[in-house]
Amino acid sequence: MRTIHTDVITKNIREMCIEANLYLADDVKNRILSGKEKEESALGKQILGQLEQNMEIAAQDEIPICQDTGMAIVFMNIGQDVHIEGGPLEDAINEGIRQGYRDGYLRKSVVADPLLRENTKDNTPGIIHYAIVPGESIEITIAPKGFGSENMSRVIMLKPADGEEGVKNAVLETVRLAGPNACPPMVIGVGIGGDFEKCAILAKKALTRNLDTPSPLPHIRKLEEELLDEINKTGIGPGGLGGRITALGLNIETYPTHIAGLPVAVNICCHVNRHVKRIL
Amino acid sequence: MDKHISVPFTNEVVKELHAGDYVYLTGTIYTARDAAHKRMYEAIGRGETLPIDVNNNVIYYLGPTPAREGQVIGSAGPTTSSRMDKYTPTLLDMGLKGMIGKGKRTPQVIEAMKKNTAVYFAAVGGAGALLSKCIKSAEVIAYDDLGTEAIRRLTVEDLPVIVVIDCEGNNLYETATKEYER
Repeated sequence: MRTIHTDVITKNIREMCIEANLYLADDVKNRILSGKEKEESALGKQILGQLEQNMEIAAQDEIPICQDTGMAIVFMNIGQDVHIEGGPLEDAINEGIRQGYRDGYLRKSVVADPLLRENTKDNTPGIIHYAIVPGESIEITIAPKGFGSENMSRVIMLKPADGEEGVKNAVLETVRLAGPNACPPMVIGVGIGGDFEKCAILAKKALTRNLDTPSPLPHIRKLEEELLDEINKTGIGPGGLGGRITALGLNIETYPTHIAGLPVAVNICCHVNRHVKRIL
Repeated sequence: MDKHISVPFTNEVVKELHAGDYVYLTGTIYTARDAAHKRMYEAIGRGETLPIDVNNNVIYYLGPTPAREGQVIGSAGPTTSSRMDKYTPTLLDMGLKGMIGKGKRTPQVIEAMKKNTAVYFAAVGGAGALLSKCIKSAEVIAYDDLGTEAIRRLTVEDLPVIVVIDCEGNNLYETATKEYER
């Protein structure tokens, strides 16, 4: 049994919110740089060049990469041999978000009620996914998610007979509908299986996986490669203004499902695919 | 084709802008996004005067991050324009000449642009740090309570944008994508 104080959790989440919004992880950054070399459209190349410059300015002047610094998505994998002391865990997480968005000069983009729409002015609450796992550490992933791309995401309840082809069509159709709205080049997270909400969480989780780590399942890895290839043939390109580099990467996560179902979730992210992980 | 133009501008300038032109904007523009549009639209419905004169002006769909000490503004890239589509034809009928955002527009907006001789520009989404460098002053002039969604007056210098839909209704999103489709 190990004891972790909520102050430690708050402090780390504060720092992770700021870090995620100023510095892109190397996997995403490298795909933007290699995409610039591969892009055939002159305007597309110019846009990818702007994104490269943008990352440099963001890091140097501590200006967020994108003005939509997102809702804070938090994945908490809590070791079952950890005891948390210091107060309610959820309050500690939201306090970390509050401090991070205040001290990092990040945008406050959360409204308290989806219909009344009054800004909470501190970007809380975050969206928190808890999992209880073996061990005595806590793994925290912070993934600030912008809504230009989130708005273009979909859950589709396919039939088992639709099979792999149905999954491909669902993903491609979602990408085509997203087009320029989702700030391409995009990163695409796909969840297959589970039920209605499970596949959506899988898709979000897929966005936090390193783009250079393909699925360990051979048939899913093949599907990831084929889909990325197909997406980059749509012609949408950087900024949606035509070109080859429509997506930087695509990750799929799967889960067992019901004999009657084949749920698919497509979570679209822009090129500012932010995720920071720490283990306490 | 690269063009340098000053804002605000008139019909004569708009007519010279064509889908695909790369344009650098210098002058005064205004920011407004979801909440400010809703509020302006409701004010128009009640017959009230708007806090900004939209005639011949350009609206940038932007909600910036807060500025650090010594900075004019924080990250300042475009938001998705389609959420403003419901309100846009009314503003175009009042003389709005240009919009800066990203993403598709409805046929109703495009028709209103043709009718009123207006232009739709895209700025590069997700390049907010870079774009902030082109903003030389920023001042909240209305709806302060909306925070990031308040209306701001910006002075911009060589703000890089691309003409996506021109006043004849030519749409770069459609033509450019087809060119690279395989």
